[in-house]
Amino acid sequence: MRTKIGCAVGLAMLVAAAIALAKPSGGNISGKVTYEGTPAKQKPIDMSKEPSCAQQHSTPITTETVVVGSGNSLVNVIVYISAGAPDDSAPAQAVTITQKGCQYIPHVVPMVVNQELKVANEDQTSHNIHPLAKANHEWNKSQPPGTPPFSEKFSQPEFIPVKCNVHPWMHSTFAVLKNSHYAVSGADGSFSLPNLPPGKYTVSAWHESYGEQTQEVTISGSETKTVNFVFKAKPY
Amino acid sequence: MMRTAKIAKFALVVAAILAVPVLASAQQMESHIGKLTGHSDSGKQLFYRYCWGCHGFRGDGNGENWLPTGSFLEPYLNIQPRNFTSATFKCRSTPTGTLPTDQDLYNAIERGFVMSNMPAWITLTAQDRADLVAFIKTFSPRWKNEKPSEPINVPPEPKVTVESIKHGAELFQKLECWKCHGQEGRGDGPSASTLTDSNDQPIRPYNFAVGSRFKCGTTNQDLYKIFMTGVDGTPMPSFADVIKAEDAWDLVHFLRTLQVTYKSPELALWQSTPEGAQQIASRRVHGTPTGSGIKQ
Repeated sequence: MRTKIGCAVGLAMLVAAAIALAKPSGGNISGKVTYEGTPAKQKPIDMSKEPSCAQQHSTPITTETVVVGSGNSLVNVIVYISAGAPDDSAPAQAVTITQKGCQYIPHVVPMVVNQELKVANEDQTSHNIHPLAKANHEWNKSQPPGTPPFSEKFSQPEFIPVKCNVHPWMHSTFAVLKNSHYAVSGADGSFSLPNLPPGKYTVSAWHESYGEQTQEVTISGSETKTVNFVFKAKPY
Repeated sequence: MMRTAKIAKFALVVAAILAVPVLASAQQMESHIGKLTGHSDSGKQLFYRYCWGCHGFRGDGNGENWLPTGSFLEPYLNIQPRNFTSATFKCRSTPTGTLPTDQDLYNAIERGFVMSNMPAWITLTAQDRADLVAFIKTFSPRWKNEKPSEPINVPPEPKVTVESIKHGAELFQKLECWKCHGQEGRGDGPSASTLTDSNDQPIRPYNFAVGSRFKCGTTNQDLYKIFMTGVDGTPMPSFADVIKAEDAWDLVHFLRTLQVTYKSPELALWQSTPEGAQQIASRRVHGTPTGSGIKQ
């Protein structure tokens, strides 16, 4: 009799523990980023001066100053917590960017202050990586084909435009952020910021052409709050 | 009558005190160049006499000689003066993205920058230049928060040989220097016309064939340092992580043979080979001062 009760209690405890672990810790802010109006047409990039890259694209790729998806969704928007969360120490995992087909992939690279950034060159041509930093140190390094990836890090929060001087159409942005609550809107414009303890947060959404917007959100428990951003598209 | 005179005198004294430029940080900085020690207090007087016309009241490169106060007008100088507040400098002996040494800044003031409006300040004494270096370091908080990196190691230069020059030529191809500098080093590579510096101003790569002095010096050691530290603030990157020291010297020897109008031991050696002689003959400009016959 006692063992039966003991087993039942033990089982109940295990189940309760399983439920507690399965519940997401903290709240979630998620939503969609969309645009209204007509965005500027993206221009095809002429890579004829770099044949080794031109031949990697059956049709020329376009510029990426505004990337959109179906349903007026806006892609490559960095959504992050700009106030209300404590600063995070740099995660051990590195963030990566690669140069392939004379493009930076991904187009926007968020990372935490002092987090390792690994830069790789998968092309047959040399690139130079030139983050035009103002708050951080401005460095400029050459990366010939066949050389291994190198690592760098940034010590100040900043949105840093990045270019390759050899291939002037290449652009990226390194977003050095103070905490790890960030997301990049996908092809459908959606984003999700999980694991938020209760508190009052300022959520910022940054787009390279349309600027930055903020909204205030309060999380009281483990609920999901929906926050949407709408950017005004400019035709130029 | 007496009272107004006193008030006027007082007002004059106050105005005189307020007129003293106090925008640079009040902290003292020192510089150490060889046996010299420079002091920012003395440098401040010199800066606001000789330098601020181009480099600006705030040391940010926006002096009245650069851009008249009506900013829709053309700039008087076609290369923007250095912005000291960002602490990004072209000519250093330290790795890319790091602060220059005091010696680097001192050399820049003494040497000037060829093809720009920065003169060689030989009219200033060595002590004056050291004091100016100390004052320049007050424009950016980076000098307070970080120490300059160790200067890069420049190993002794090996002997100039034809093999060294030929290997340098291979490196010039492999590292794709020609993309900006052109196959003959004339600054006419496929990417040259699109280059901009970090202030989005158009900028041309160095033209070896013209043979003018490098921005950062005249010696082989200076040339070595240029591509091993990068010219910060410009498209010229650092190759320190992708080229070995002995390879770097081979590249230096080859680059001297691109300077077909500048006498160097490397050029003389290259010209003594049949291949080199033919190459130099085809690249040397033969023309009258009016320019007819100049190779386009």
